[in-house]
Amino acid sequence: MRRLRCLSVAALLSLAGTALAQTALPPAPYANRQLADPRLEKSAHDLMATIRCLTCQSQSIADSDASMAGDLRSQIRERIARGEDPEAIRVWLVDRYGDWISYEPTTDPILWPLWGLPLILLFGGGALVLGRIRRKRRD
Amino acid sequence: MKSKALLWLPLALFGGLALLFIVGMLRPDDRVITSKMVGKPLPEFSLPQGASDRPSLSHAVFRAGAPRILNIFASWCVPCAAEAPQLKALADAGVPIDGIAIRDARADVDAFLTRWGNPYRHIGLDARSEVQIALGSSGVPETFIVDGRGRIVHQHIGEIRADDVPGLLEIWRNAR
Repeated sequence: MRRLRCLSVAALLSLAGTALAQTALPPAPYANRQLADPRLEKSAHDLMATIRCLTCQSQSIADSDASMAGDLRSQIRERIARGEDPEAIRVWLVDRYGDWISYEPTTDPILWPLWGLPLILLFGGGALVLGRIRRKRRD
Repeated sequence: MKSKALLWLPLALFGGLALLFIVGMLRPDDRVITSKMVGKPLPEFSLPQGASDRPSLSHAVFRAGAPRILNIFASWCVPCAAEAPQLKALADAGVPIDGIAIRDARADVDAFLTRWGNPYRHIGLDARSEVQIALGSSGVPETFIVDGRGRIVHQHIGEIRADDVPGLLEIWRNAR
């Protein structure tokens, strides 16, 4: 349904010839403008790159041209400029939209295999190599 | 014997993984993001006037003791026009409906309401989607039912269709 709506809006927009805009309003102040302090801008950008866009769901808000992503970018930059912790903003967003909104993997039990697999592969591979070396020495 | 069985392990792993991918690809794509704010208090907000002939909107309206419907809409949103008759039906049934216009301008909201009807008691203007994000809403239109103490009891995502009206009415009545 949403996709249908997106398509119809896209069709309308292409008829109207207004590129990239879903509304008549100009983008929020910090949607496409970086913060003056490069350190703050970096932490804002690092957060934005791991926050998922609600409109274009396969993109981060850092990559998306959707107007809602622009609003969220502006809000994140302004909040970080006010001294808020990026991870606190992430928690605030997860409280509203669920884990879905964050690209950063959590430590929920469902993700334990994900965290455990590298260790298992490392030890399994190590054991395999060790076995080979020992066998070769014996030969 | 043991090493022979081990030889099949990579193929078995590959088969399992391929099966996982196929199942994942065939599963219908669910793009609806529900708000985690359902069951929680409505966030505090105070918005400027969204339409010329309706008062502005703040969270205080929702703590006055009676359940209300909060409709997230926009003048630029096509399905919002499609749900106008259903909102009117709800308003006619006695439901107090308040609106938040997302990324909008008052003149555009006025024109939209003149064309499609105005079921709202209060209309707030959320020019930068701030209240929408605070609500955990991911698009327009969306509709929230808020009980008399300011707690969100229900979220309806997408436009309200004719067959959604009785259900929403029921939830609103039960929120009293």
